[in-house]
This record gives sequence, C-alpha cells and structure tokens, in this order.
Amino acid sequence: MSQNANIADQTANWADERLGAAGALRKTANKVFPTHWSFMLGEIALYSFLILVLTGTYLTLFFDASMAEVRYNGSYTPLRGIEMSRAYSSTLNISFDVRGGLVIRQIHHWAALLFVAAIVVHLLRTFFTGAFRKPRELNWLLGVGLLVMGLLEGFAGYSLPDDLLSGTGLRIASAIMLSIPVVGTWVYFLVFGTEFPGTEIVGRLYIAHVLLVPGIIFALIALHLALVVKNKHTQFPGRGRTERNVVGVRMIPFFATKGGGLFMVVFAMLALLGGVAQINPIWLYGPYNPAQVSAGSQPDWYIGWLDGSTRLWPSWEIHAFNHTISPLFWPTIVMPGVIFTLLALYPFIEAKLTRDKAHHHLLQRPRDVPVRTGLGAMSIAFYLVLLMSGGNDLIAAEFDISLNAMTWIGRIGLLVAPPIAYWVTYRICLGLQRHDREVLEHGVETGIVKRLPHGEYIEVHQPLGPVDEHGHGTLEYAGTGVPKRLNQVSGLGRAIRGFFSPIEEPAAIEQEQERERELAGRPKDPQS
Amino acid sequence: MSDRDPSRSRDLTVDDLEEMSDSERFRAAAAQLDDVHVLSVHNPAPPDSKLGRRAERKVAACFLLTFVSVVAFIVIFVAWPWEFSPGDHSFFAYWTYTPALGICMALALFGLGAGIVLWGKLLMPHEEAVEYRHGNRSDELDRQTTAATMRDALVTTGLPRRKLLRRSLGLAGGAMGLLAVVPLGGLIKNPKRALFTTPWKEGARLVRYDGVPMRPQDMEPGALETVFPGVPGGTKSADAATMLIRLRPGQQIASRKGQEGFGWGDYVAFSKICTHAGCPVSLYEQQTGRILCPCHQSQFDVTLDAKPVFGPATRPLPMLPITVDSEGFFVARSDYREAIGPSFWERP
Repeated sequence: MSQNANIADQTANWADERLGAAGALRKTANKVFPTHWSFMLGEIALYSFLILVLTGTYLTLFFDASMAEVRYNGSYTPLRGIEMSRAYSSTLNISFDVRGGLVIRQIHHWAALLFVAAIVVHLLRTFFTGAFRKPRELNWLLGVGLLVMGLLEGFAGYSLPDDLLSGTGLRIASAIMLSIPVVGTWVYFLVFGTEFPGTEIVGRLYIAHVLLVPGIIFALIALHLALVVKNKHTQFPGRGRTERNVVGVRMIPFFATKGGGLFMVVFAMLALLGGVAQINPIWLYGPYNPAQVSAGSQPDWYIGWLDGSTRLWPSWEIHAFNHTISPLFWPTIVMPGVIFTLLALYPFIEAKLTRDKAHHHLLQRPRDVPVRTGLGAMSIAFYLVLLMSGGNDLIAAEFDISLNAMTWIGRIGLLVAPPIAYWVTYRICLGLQRHDREVLEHGVETGIVKRLPHGEYIEVHQPLGPVDEHGHGTLEYAGTGVPKRLNQVSGLGRAIRGFFSPIEEPAAIEQEQERERELAGRPKDPQS
Repeated sequence: MSDRDPSRSRDLTVDDLEEMSDSERFRAAAAQLDDVHVLSVHNPAPPDSKLGRRAERKVAACFLLTFVSVVAFIVIFVAWPWEFSPGDHSFFAYWTYTPALGICMALALFGLGAGIVLWGKLLMPHEEAVEYRHGNRSDELDRQTTAATMRDALVTTGLPRRKLLRRSLGLAGGAMGLLAVVPLGGLIKNPKRALFTTPWKEGARLVRYDGVPMRPQDMEPGALETVFPGVPGGTKSADAATMLIRLRPGQQIASRKGQEGFGWGDYVAFSKICTHAGCPVSLYEQQTGRILCPCHQSQFDVTLDAKPVFGPATRPLPMLPITVDSEGFFVARSDYREAIGPSFWERP
C-alpha cells in the first residue's frame, strides 16, 4: 500500500515538475456539477461521437472510397459477377468477408442515429428550460452548429457505400443543388466534377466524412464543453440553489463515475443494437444504378423531415425571363435555411422581445414560460408532420390509405397542426400554473371528505406552510415543483430505497432527514 | 480556470496541512482555494456493514460479467464458423455470428457500466457540494487593464499612425485571403450545355440494360421496358434511361403541342428521370396509365404525354421521338428536344 502511494507520489511529482498542473487539476476535480438526469442528454451525444470515431476508424481500414468499376467476387453469392463500384464492393466485404466487420459497421450506423437523436433531445431540454439564455447564447450557437454538422456528417456517411439507396439520395441531393437560382448548375458541377454521378463524389464525401466534418465537430464540441466549464452548469431552482451558486456533486470522483458508467451503458446499448438489429443492409439494395430505384426509399431519420417537405410542396415552378426556379428549391434549401436561422437566433429574439438582459443560471419549468413552450410544441408538431410525410408511402401501404390522401393530410396538417399544438400547450401550461398556485394557496388534497353541520361536504386540504387569517397559504411560488399528493409532504419520511430488497438502513433515512432539516435551517419538527 | 475571487484571502498555508488528514486537507483546499463547499455527505453503506458487503458483491458480479463476456467475445470472434454460405447447414452459424458478437460486446460493456453506476450509487458516499459563481464579466481591474494593454499594443505597432503601413497590410491580407481560396477554383467546372444533352442521337438503337436491342414485337400491350441508347456507355449514362411503353388497345394519347407523332404505332418513349428530383420514375400502373415516382410521389399520366397529375413535379417527362429502322429495331429520331430531369436556372 505505502509502496503504491510512493509510486503515485513520484509519478505526480514527475508530471507536476514538467506541467505545473497540480492546482488546475485540483480545481477541476473539485468542480461542482448539478445532478439531474436531463443534464446527461448532451453526454449521450458526446459518447456517441466517441463511439463513432472508434468504430469509424476501424471501418476506414477496410473501406475503399473509389468509384472505379469492379466485378464483385466476394462471399455474398447473390451479387457475384455483378459490376459495382469499389466503394460498394468494399462495403460488402466489410459486411461479409471481414471477421466481425458487420457488427462494427452496424454499431457505427446506430451510433450515428443516436448522435443526432441525442443532440436533438438535448436541444429540446435546453430550449424548454431556458438554458440558452444569457450568458449561454454562444453555447446555443455552437450547439446549433453541431446539429447542422451532425446532419451533414450523417448524410455524407450513409452516401458512401454507393448502394442503390444512397445513390438515390445523392441523386436527389444533386437535384437540390441544381435548384439553387443563378449558381445551381455551377454548384452541381463543383461538387460532382461532372454530370451526375461521375467518379469523384464518393471520394470527396469520404474526405469530408472522415476528416473535414469530424474535425469541425471535434472543435465545436471542445468549445461547447469549454464554455460549460467557464459558465458552469445551469441548475433547476430548489432548496439552497440560487443564481449565484451551483449545487451538486464534485467532478472527481462522483461525476466522473456517473459519466464513465453512462458511457459504458450507452456503448453497450449500441453494441446490442449493432449485433441484433439489422441496419442499412446494403447487400439487399444492390449497387447504385441511375435507372433503378426501389419503393420505400427513405433517408435516415434526421433527413426524413426534408424528404417530407419535398413531398408536400406543391408543384409550383417559377418561369421568368428564360429562367426557371425549381419547386425543389423552397422545401429543401429555403425552408431548412429559415428554420436553422430562426433556431440559431432564438435566444437573441427572445431576449429582444422580452427585454431580458439579466444573467440566468436557474432553469425555468416549461409551464412557467407558456409562450416559449407553446412555440416549442408548435415546432415539434411542424417537424412531426414533415417526418410522417417523409414516410407517407409506407403509411399509405401499411394502413391501406390512398397515397394522394396522405399527401393532402400532410399538406393540411402542416398548416393546421402547429397552431393547435401551440394553443393546447399554452392552455396546459396555464392550467398547470394555476394548479400550482391553487395548492400553494389551499393546500394538498387529503382525500378526507367532511360533512359540515349545515350539510355541506368539503374536502380537507393540508396547507403546505403557514396560513393567513383566511386560511390561505402564504408560500410564494418558487419556480420549482409543488407537492400535489399527501405522501410527497408526509412527515413520516420517505420510503426505504431498493427494488427487491432494501439497499439502506432505516436509520440512514432519519439521519439524512435530520441533516436536511439542519441545512434548511428548520426546527427539528416542522409540524410543531 | 483562474476565476478565483481576488477578494477572498488565501489563508491556507502548507504549514497548516501538517496536522491534517487527507480528507481534511481536501475540504480545506476546496473551501479556501476553490470556493467549493461540501454541505453534506451521506454514506449509504458503511464498509463493514452487511449492506456494504452485499453492495460490493453486486458490483463485483457486474465486473465479473464483463470479464466473462470479453472471454466469450474473443472465443466467438476467433472460433465461430462465420463465413457466409447460403443453403449450407453452416448458414445458421453465419446468421448468428453478428448477434453473438454484439450481445457479448454489449454484456461486457454493460457489466462495466452497471458496475460503475452501482459502485457510485451503493458504495460511494452521496454528497452535496456547492460552488459559487463569480459572475461572467471579468472584474473591473482586469477589464480596464486588459483594454489598456491592447490599446497600448496597438499603438506600439504604429498601425494607427502609419497610414501607408495600414493600407498595404490590408491589401496584403486581402490578397492572402484570396490565395487561400483561389486554388479551390480547380473544382469549378463550366456546366456548358451538358445538362441539355443526353447520349441519345439520331439512329441510336433502343437497347435493354443487357444490350439487347428492342423490336416492336418484343413487348405485350401495356408493358414497359427501360431502354438505353445503343451507343458506347449508353447504359451507364445517368440521364439516358428511357421508358419504352406499349399502350394498351383503346388507350388514346392526347399529345402535347409539338410532340405529335413522336411515338411509333402504339409505342411511346419517355425519359425515366423524374422532372422533380431526378429519381427514376419506376412504378407504372397499366390500368390507369399512370407512372409514379417512388421518391416524392409525383404522378405522370402517359395518356396525357406524361403530364404531371399529382405531387410536386411541374413538368411532363420529356418524350423521345422514336421510329423503327430498316432492320426492324427501334431507334431514336434525335436526342430529347428539351433538357431531361430536374429543373435548373438556365433552363428556359
């Protein structure tokens, strides 16, 4: 033991004499991070990125980003003798001829889906709790940048195998480039080098996918995390939490333990998916052929909403002065451009409209900001209609609905669903606010119904705190959860933890509550 | 990292550490140097308690699961008969190889993850610590001195005074910017008229993907065949794919202006490339004469010269003028008379 300590001391000394980092290390270890499950969503995105780098590096050892034609002669017999690009045949090799290649390829694909999904959910958390407010607008911008980069990276990645599905996606991407007014054809030739598909695009997408975009993502993540460290994390309001402190656990060992465990669990889930849940079975699609397509050609989920908007947009083409603006331009370039611009600028727009220049480190409950929450619900509704429309052919086939009816449902739904979502959410927020105030004023419903001498029945309410001369509670709403059920305010103490068997001693709970009382500066028995 | 509150005195000295335990040293340093205060520590399972021992066994079981799963992973990775051989009885081994690897890997990772989480939850003390924020702005002294340092540096360089230096530097900087961008000009290609033409030309035979030329007697009424120009590279061209359709008896074509007589007998030929986003329009419904693009559901009516009747496409599929040559094979009478595929700016 003492020998180990000696070696540790010597190593630390060796490092510190060269780095002088002892102070910084201690300060980092002592950094306090608030504990709430929703603060780990961004971590999931970060871990997915690490897993993507690990599995992606493995895949580069076998993938050949070349569009040179070869005749396939690998293990997968149904495609033997067929001409295809080296990109496609090397992806087949990863799937069939590399020991364990398929499981890594599938983990990589699942991790890409989770990466974007975790970013989106993390963004929603940040949005609905107001975590983007001053001084964190810059980090919001970095986050929006990461989302956009994640979409590009994903698209570039699933376009690499040069199978029928990804080739179809690239063809549509080429048409989207063509639709840009004035410079469209020049952009198209700049990207593809020649008329579609040419022989350049897979190689160009490859270098973008493995170097350029991941490099940008890495830099953005580094800045994103640096700003979290600099600004310190936000926290939900609660006992002892103010705008001027952070309450939680220290980085080392507590947060590191939690994060390390979560990383392993996220990786485990992706490994399980990569093993048992088939994804992107490119050998079933066949090599890309511009004259072929299969029904139900859908992009990965995060591009699906753009496919949906493309399907719903009416056939409006502008012809003027011998020039054409394609109907493709509006739903695929203008719409996402406007949406991502509004998304990026949202913190500034909200601050401007609410004239809010203060620093905010305490989060808001969504119900307390009904307009913002309504706007968020409206955006989600808009997005969901588009996403559903991206698969409207599958829905039509599965549920025996007319395909054209699905298109019209999407077109009308896109205009009708968001306002309804806004209104319903707004009303729900107000209802929840009123209920909080009601409980603060009248107390918690006890379930005890009493008959008064004159015959009236009333339910007895348990006030949450001191009451005024009318029997109304005097507690102010503090932006935090209000207990709604009696067992949430019971003086009997909470239940012992443990699912199958108790994991704590009853005495520990008493101690804990004693400590809590001391912390809150309350007398030993609040009832008296 | 150095957002230490300067107003706070740093009164912990090395001498103070002498009499302290590690725990006391950490607390003193956290509170006095880092402004981090541990409010409460609650130990869920003291080391010598029954609960503590049970929790430790749970964590150890998780770590053991990881070890066993890694061993299983290695054995499967090395020894499993994983080669793909359809029809063979070893196909089952191939079919279960990837799931087996994935499950072993997942169990290994999950064991480690769950072990660490349980370790944190059941064995490590639960603490509540508080750290103070010191505002986002730097303090006034830093702000003013930094601004002064920067202004002084600017003056020291002489830039504000020396107009010629400033202007020539601006010119050089702009030029360097151009130098960084201009080599990318190698990527620029003039599209010229490429999008207006396809490999189709007068006399090019209509051949199938396997190169077999088409004759009028080859197709049943109501049939559709994808054909390519019988020229070198014709089947590889992304803009040449054409649908040769034999109408059903009684199907009347209402020709678009200028396209009368583009067909041959009851045969018509349209570009297969959707005028919306360039997917091959592939789904032909004989009964209604409608062609559906599976990408965005644009629908074209063959009897109206492939005019779009539903969905986002705006223009009819271009029609290829065809005839039959002296040997009885279908040939094109010319290239398409308009640009095929999606719209673009230069398209009239």
